[in-house]
Amino acid sequence: MFIYLLKRVSLGLVIVVFAVTLLFCMIHLVPGDPARILLGPRATPEMIAHLSAQMGLDQPMAMQILKFFGNLLRGDLGMDVITNRPVAEIVFGQLPYTLWLIGSAIVGAMLIGIPLGCYSALHRNTWFDRFSGIISVACITAPAFVVALYSLLIFAVWLKWFPAVGAGEPGDFFDQISHLVLPAIAIGISWVGYLSRLVRASMLEVMGENHIRTARAYGLPENTVVYQYALKLAVLPTVTVIGVGMGFLLSAALFTEIVFSRPGIGKLIFDSITTRNYPVVMGSVLVSTIIFVISTAVSDLINAWLDPRIRNSL
Amino acid sequence: MSKATDNVLSIRNLSIDYATQEGSLKALRNVDLDIPKGQIVGVVGESGCGKSTLISSIIQLMANNAKTTSGTVFFEGEDLLTMSPTKLKSLRGQRMSIVFQDPMSTLNPVLTIGKQMVDIQYRDKRSKSQKRQRSADMLAQVGIPDPASRLNQYPHEFSGGMQQRISIAMALQAQPALLIADEPTTALDATLEVQIIDMLKELQSSIGCSILFISHHLGVIAELCNQVVVMYAGEIVEQGPVSRVFKSPKHPYTQKLLECDPASIAKKTRNLPTIEGEIPNLSDLPAGCIFTSRCHKKTAQCEELKPKRHAVTQGATEKHFVTCHLESL
Repeated sequence: MFIYLLKRVSLGLVIVVFAVTLLFCMIHLVPGDPARILLGPRATPEMIAHLSAQMGLDQPMAMQILKFFGNLLRGDLGMDVITNRPVAEIVFGQLPYTLWLIGSAIVGAMLIGIPLGCYSALHRNTWFDRFSGIISVACITAPAFVVALYSLLIFAVWLKWFPAVGAGEPGDFFDQISHLVLPAIAIGISWVGYLSRLVRASMLEVMGENHIRTARAYGLPENTVVYQYALKLAVLPTVTVIGVGMGFLLSAALFTEIVFSRPGIGKLIFDSITTRNYPVVMGSVLVSTIIFVISTAVSDLINAWLDPRIRNSL
Repeated sequence: MSKATDNVLSIRNLSIDYATQEGSLKALRNVDLDIPKGQIVGVVGESGCGKSTLISSIIQLMANNAKTTSGTVFFEGEDLLTMSPTKLKSLRGQRMSIVFQDPMSTLNPVLTIGKQMVDIQYRDKRSKSQKRQRSADMLAQVGIPDPASRLNQYPHEFSGGMQQRISIAMALQAQPALLIADEPTTALDATLEVQIIDMLKELQSSIGCSILFISHHLGVIAELCNQVVVMYAGEIVEQGPVSRVFKSPKHPYTQKLLECDPASIAKKTRNLPTIEGEIPNLSDLPAGCIFTSRCHKKTAQCEELKPKRHAVTQGATEKHFVTCHLESL
């Protein structure tokens, strides 16, 4: 297990290096000089040259990448060109909001979706199974921003159950939670449907396998068969999907944060792109990428912990 | 037939249908079978002859579309077909257990051997370490070296033969009255097959259980079993002591089957013998004998009339039965 952990973490690091390099190239190969765009049409050539030098844009590409990595290792993501604050400080200030949002969305979706899928699989073709199938598919097909807009309209504007915008007063836990409910539902609801369908399918597959027949042939109690013998195998694909799904959740969070005017990485990316604040774009996309890489690595590690066969496969 | 109390398992007139799109498929018809205490009974027959249905009916884990249309299955004096699910559960793995065909898929891949072997002892009131000790002892008996530490390993860390030994250890751990072995050696190579068969024989005599042994392999049946049951398309066509049935088979199907056994072929040949024709459609049965379409000795009577079961040897202690018109003369 320890060897697997080492291998998986180093693989994760390699992925981060590749992703960052690619990201860096993509931003720099886009036509147009960032310094010129940033300063606007009335900038003089001297001003552009000055800003380019300040941002290090006058140096060769390879040099820029190396320098970026060097700064990255020291935790320096560059300076915000507008407020002149360190990008790292801005990004890490916004990060907890987004992590809370996607974290509560996915945990909520797991708590509802996984038992729902299990129950459907074990009571296959009953009215409950069919009903939960319809609801699940309906949940999957609802885009996050649509759910966000309607929930905002219904629960915040008409019913006034939950606040509409912002993230709540800092330090006031309950205020923050009440601000979290609607956005978390908006991005989590499709995952309830998705997870319940996925768990149902893999549960049905596992319940048909020979070793489950063996467990039954030994008269093991049904709860042991389902929750210890079958579920451990049935959640494996789900864990992988959740790991990859963090990427989708990050992009869903972007829309939701805009709709609810919540602070967060998504809102930060949106604002910095509209103001052409290129170091902030770079920094926040980088942090999102790292979150994505970490979440896939964690899901792989969980699977390796659950399934001994995976430990030997990397 | 011996008295019912001497039989661990006694099946009478068992018929099972499967509901399919083409109507009901009569997978088992009027099966009578006894397994005497301490004996090994072999069942042979082609694929699709109802061997698996027979097993699933004994352990009462049948497919959803299966329906028992007639008969009784008495196990230690109680009918399994009318037994409560709780009572059935208490028998499974305690009084009767089963070794399945494919060892690579019968054990749970994500749980250690130790956990699986300890879990099936859940009814016992012993401590966990005592249960583990018992499992380790059982593994040692089936020839797994260093059993105590191997309890911590997962199924994929064992070879196929080892996994089948573990399955047998699990099945015999509770010292059941009946062990059902569903082609336990089919997935293994010939050398391993001999080892497993020898081991089964040894364990059977030390535990004193009965075994219902399902196999395609006639040589293994001859080696291991006391009695043999020959099944064809859902019916028992011949049954009796192994020595009698294999030495002087009465049913044309048994005769053909024995001719097809590669071990019995003396002449060098490019083509292995086969039985001409195919198994009849079980949802549309012929009026007469089930084997008529492939039989080389059929008469006009065979097409129209169902044959009855006849005792081949009158008065002998161990009876030999055959279901064929030729023997009724």
